[in-house]
Amino acid sequence: MNPYIAGILLGLVLIASFFVSGRGLGASGAMKSSVVAVVNTVAPDYAAQDAFYSKYVQNGQKPLKAWLVFEVLGVLIGGFLSGAVSGRLKLGIEKGPRITDRRRLILALAGGLLFGFGSQLGRGCTSGSALTGMAILSSAGFLSMMAIFGTGFAVAYFFRKNWI
Amino acid sequence: MGPLAPLEIISGDWNLFLALIIGIAFGFVLEQAGFSSTRKLAGVFYGYDMVVLKVFFTAAVTGMLGLLYLSLFGWIDLNLTYVNPLYLGSTIAGGVIMGVGFIVGGFCPGTSVCAAAIGKIDAMVFVGGIFLGVFLFAELYPLIESFYMSGYLGSPKVFQSLGIRMGVFALLLTLVAVIMFIVAEKVEKFVNKGA
Repeated sequence: MNPYIAGILLGLVLIASFFVSGRGLGASGAMKSSVVAVVNTVAPDYAAQDAFYSKYVQNGQKPLKAWLVFEVLGVLIGGFLSGAVSGRLKLGIEKGPRITDRRRLILALAGGLLFGFGSQLGRGCTSGSALTGMAILSSAGFLSMMAIFGTGFAVAYFFRKNWI
Repeated sequence: MGPLAPLEIISGDWNLFLALIIGIAFGFVLEQAGFSSTRKLAGVFYGYDMVVLKVFFTAAVTGMLGLLYLSLFGWIDLNLTYVNPLYLGSTIAGGVIMGVGFIVGGFCPGTSVCAAAIGKIDAMVFVGGIFLGVFLFAELYPLIESFYMSGYLGSPKVFQSLGIRMGVFALLLTLVAVIMFIVAEKVEKFVNKGA
């Protein structure tokens, strides 16, 4: 799809999200809810008294009954449907031409770990903090966008062999 | 009239149901835009494919202008919408860590879910990494908490921070985006000519 048309459609989805729920799109928040739910199931006493988890489980809150959890389930379905209509459903690993599958998977794990940690510290990821924050004109959104992409450009040179 | 859920025009259960529908549209558009491909995503940092920049800034500007006009027409009350709070230290540090995560892993959380949905194994591993990273943050939270809460400046809007009017800022951001699109198209042509 033409990237500018895709961008306009994405912007319209973002507006719909604000109009319906008063908040924008997100992704990392759903992963946080999942981690909280797992810890709360495995070790409920620990979750109830821990400084981080207790924020999301007090007063009988159900961590998985959260707006972003439903939204990200939708992303999974929507991505699958799009892949199906465009003939892109295929198990496989995508990587730069000069690295092994093993290296790609280790880097993917490390990148995910950094993103998971950073999204909690920064109170949201590329969708929830940067994109949504920019649309609602929040200073935090602009700062977040500049920090993410600025750092990406600043360190890209050192990781070039993984991609080109 | 809007936002519907905060004004209790729709119930909490309807809000969750519509979250699913909005998510489906979000995932469908991300995948159609090519964001399920890690090499396309990484392209923005090397100039061989600028699709991330084009889609991201078109979406941000569309969202911004849409919300401004809806607010001018009185269709949405922007005092009831969520505005990300600004904590200087953790916003910047979190962004820097995410930036490194982007170039190392080749996805962000939303795009990794999308790519995992069409069968990309590297994306599934990335999602697993996110769970580990969140868990690590949660376990280290007592050590991080004071930094996490430092530099709190409320939930300012960017035009207030810059001391200019909202409409002026919106016009400037739109112009900056158009200039970036022109530059992005030229960079793409230049980089791919050499290859």
